[in-house]
Amino acid sequence: MTDAVIKCESVYKIFGVNAKKMLQEANGNVDAKAFQKMGCIVGVNNASFEVSKGEMLVVMGLSGSGKSTLLRCISRLTDATDGKIYIEGQDLLSLKNKELIELRRNKMGMVFQSFALLPHKTVLENIAFPLQIKGMKTEDSINKALDMAKLVGLEGRENYFPRELSGGQQQRVGIARSLAVEPDIWFLDEPFSALDPLIRKEMQDEFLRLQEKLKKTIMFITHDFDEALKLADRIAIMKDGIIEQLDTPAKIVLNPATEYVKKFTEEVPREKVLKIEDVMEKPNKENLSDLKVSKDEIIENVAEKILTQEKSVAVTDASNKIVGTVHPSKIIHTVFGGRKNND
Amino acid sequence: MELLKKYPKLFQWLFLLIVFFALCFAIDVPETYKFIRGQAEFIKDPNQSTYTLFGKEVRYYAFDVLWRLPPLLGWLPIWVNDSLFFLLNEWMPMEFWNEDTQEYKTRPLVLQITRTITASMTFLIELIREILLGGAKTVVAFTSWDWIDKNPWAELPGLPWTIVAAGAVILCYKLSGKGLAIFAGLVMVYISVFGQWKPSMQTLSFILVAAPLSFIFGLTLGVMAYKSKRVEKALYPLLLVMQTMPQYAVLVPAMVLFGIGDHAAVIITMVVAIPPMILLTLLGLRAVSPEVIEAGKMSGCNNWQLMTKVLIPTARRDILIGVNQVIMVCFSMAVIAAFIGAKGLGWNLLLALNQLNIGLALEAGLCISMIAILLDKMSLAWANKQEDYFGNLTFFQRYKNTLFFAGAVLIGAIFAYAGSFLFKDSFNYFSEIPHNKGISFADFWNKGVDWIWDTFFQTLKIFNTWLITEVLQPMRALYLRMPAVATITLVVGAGYIIGGIRSALVTAGLVLFIALSPWWDRALVTTYMATFGVIASCTIGLTVGTLCAQNKFTTKFILAVCDIFQTFPSFVYLIPVMMLFGITDTSVLIAVIVYATIPATRYTVEGLRSVPPALHDAGSMSGVTKLQRLINIEFPIAFPHMMLGVNQTIVFALFMVIIGAFIGTEDLGQYILKALSDKAGGGKGLILGICVAFIALIFDNLIRTWVDKRKKHLGLA
Repeated sequence: MTDAVIKCESVYKIFGVNAKKMLQEANGNVDAKAFQKMGCIVGVNNASFEVSKGEMLVVMGLSGSGKSTLLRCISRLTDATDGKIYIEGQDLLSLKNKELIELRRNKMGMVFQSFALLPHKTVLENIAFPLQIKGMKTEDSINKALDMAKLVGLEGRENYFPRELSGGQQQRVGIARSLAVEPDIWFLDEPFSALDPLIRKEMQDEFLRLQEKLKKTIMFITHDFDEALKLADRIAIMKDGIIEQLDTPAKIVLNPATEYVKKFTEEVPREKVLKIEDVMEKPNKENLSDLKVSKDEIIENVAEKILTQEKSVAVTDASNKIVGTVHPSKIIHTVFGGRKNND
Repeated sequence: MELLKKYPKLFQWLFLLIVFFALCFAIDVPETYKFIRGQAEFIKDPNQSTYTLFGKEVRYYAFDVLWRLPPLLGWLPIWVNDSLFFLLNEWMPMEFWNEDTQEYKTRPLVLQITRTITASMTFLIELIREILLGGAKTVVAFTSWDWIDKNPWAELPGLPWTIVAAGAVILCYKLSGKGLAIFAGLVMVYISVFGQWKPSMQTLSFILVAAPLSFIFGLTLGVMAYKSKRVEKALYPLLLVMQTMPQYAVLVPAMVLFGIGDHAAVIITMVVAIPPMILLTLLGLRAVSPEVIEAGKMSGCNNWQLMTKVLIPTARRDILIGVNQVIMVCFSMAVIAAFIGAKGLGWNLLLALNQLNIGLALEAGLCISMIAILLDKMSLAWANKQEDYFGNLTFFQRYKNTLFFAGAVLIGAIFAYAGSFLFKDSFNYFSEIPHNKGISFADFWNKGVDWIWDTFFQTLKIFNTWLITEVLQPMRALYLRMPAVATITLVVGAGYIIGGIRSALVTAGLVLFIALSPWWDRALVTTYMATFGVIASCTIGLTVGTLCAQNKFTTKFILAVCDIFQTFPSFVYLIPVMMLFGITDTSVLIAVIVYATIPATRYTVEGLRSVPPALHDAGSMSGVTKLQRLINIEFPIAFPHMMLGVNQTIVFALFMVIIGAFIGTEDLGQYILKALSDKAGGGKGLILGICVAFIALIFDNLIRTWVDKRKKHLGLA
């Protein structure tokens, strides 16, 4: 097996009474409109992809695009109509109920858009809930929950009830709860969508800090393209149940695969997404300036320095070897030029 | 033509009315037709026709089929009754060990089952009753009468009233705070001082058995219905009928199965109280957000953990509102169940009403209403109470209420003991004030009633006569004048216009059942009384509701009044009207109007208050006057909700009309009351009850279908 933690092979989810039969007749070529006429709604349409260990895949799509359904297929909160899903090589759809529960108790954590906290339990009890469900002793689970509360910055509020917390704090509890069993796989379903913009930004930064530390395998759902760009290793863009494009943020911005994807990328400030390596040219013998920049820098962060130069700037990799060059004019072109007419 | 296209429904209605009236005028009253009064049905008349079905002979007066349908379902009550008897006395005889005679005895299975249930119920009631009032029967259950005779000390002493009162006060304080605690104290002292302690505790012991059992069964069934669509589908029609069936009607078949007494009363109460509990459990569980359920599943809950640790705690409030409903039903049944021998306040109330002792009835009624209000407030406070965190409290803080109660028990016991020396020659007032030794204002109230009669007799009589001769009699005659075919056409046609074929079929089924039963005439009388009550109630309710919804203070006030009135057991309403109008149809109708106005008012207020504030603002910015806003914005939006109120009003009115049989009416209720004293009345009572339920369900179906459509149209659903 590969090192893919999550692996999907042509996963379909179709809602409706005759879904299975109709899918067989369609032979894999599902037309959402034709299905809708027959009373079936297509949630996920032929999704195939892999997520490898420690990677963060962000699934982006507008409401009704099937992104949440896809996530629920992979966490098996709903059963996929057809296709194969492997979690660390295990065939998810063939698991018995008991095995599924075991898997969730040990390997999976999930965060929800509306927080989904239990209203009758305190912050600590909510965080300790999955541990207690597993059968851990109350004292041990509470100690573990205390650590988790500290990790997400909820010290001093351990004995509050969810109703006494702000939205951002409630989601911190949700995050702590999903991490309490130390899962390998972390599902987040629009975790920050219900928060107001300032808190959202704060939580995104916090989330990146956590991921830096924990290195989980993550599937993150959002309808916010900027959020996807900011967080993702790779982005999957969904429309009507179909994954339109799955690639790194830079490649999506530079080469949108379909018209639909292009519409999202048009307004994106490139300098915030692209790295130097995305715009550099092959090293040649021309006269370089003294400045060197790393190929992993985001353009925005080094643009000012580069623009003070007249000659091309050398681009280095981690071992300080020159791997390419960037001319200031390329930076100007990227930042100001190439919005609508760059192809 | 243009008009026809614009208002297609209007023309359908017009057409329906034309057909209805044409049928009414075309079909004459047969000369031999007359309204059959009570005794006539037992007389074998050579003019009667007969038919035999399933071996049951049915006798009836035959008319033109268009005028009255023949009672083709007349065999049903007899058949139900015979089946009950067969089940109870002949089906599946089995050997059972008899503890008393120490031998095996042959008994039918169902009889054995009902006897076992009866025995366990009786034991539970006696146990609680003796904890509250003292006695030896519980001890006997484990030993024998001989043993008791030898050991006279072995009996439960009964809690002194001071301890029960202190317990109630402490519990109220914990649930809600000072206000409710003071109220609880006042109620307890009132009960005690007015000598109602014993019947009150009898009623309470019956409720303390019925309510928890109803809760357990209702919760279990609700959870089952939530988990399985099939169970829900099977339960749904039963629930609908049970919610609209007059509680009276359930009495009769239960009496056949379980006999009379407190245990039968508990079983009846459970039958009536379980449906709302099921519905509210289902509602609460359905309302749990899907994300919370998913969070539970992702935490690795198995089904049992998901139900007990996630779903039920999250739906806690709705489930506790269900408990509140159960308690309220228990109280209204506490009086009705007195018909089959439940002891306590209800029994006293019924007895006093029977003797026309309005003063005594008023005291018992007041007492039962006060306890009902107290328990209503307590259970609501419990439902609304948020859990507190108490991990960081000291031992004393955590258990302070328990400690206080322990103290109260000690002090109460000391007082009661001291009392036995203090009141050596009379009764121990610190333990229990006997029924006839309390203060009583009964004479005062009776004098008041006499005074009212003496002073207003002429006025009331004139009003009474006018209402009966000028309004009620003609209305009743009109209803009876409708040929069956015309009525059925009207109902089914209305169903078709409102809800299409589906509604038409449902209403047709319901109305045909009544038309083919032997009681069509009676059902018409019931409907006429209910119609009168509903029209009056809705007029009053809509007006009062609309006026009160205009400002915050009056809204709060009127809702509080509705709350309190709704808490009164329905029988209590008969007391003041009998005081004023004696035993006439007017009394029943006024009770109906008062009782049924509650939902009409409440739903009007709620509907109007639920109009979104943004719409108010939009209206204000368009420059509407208050009246314009009411007519153009608030009424159209609130109307669907108000119609649900009308639906409730119809159910309430029918209930009260049926209870009115106790005063004396000539409708289905009278027959139900008669079936109570009829040995073979089980089937009859049940079918009569179903007839009443079906009348309500016809309206329920029409109104609900209309409301759903309207709400969809307005985008509210």
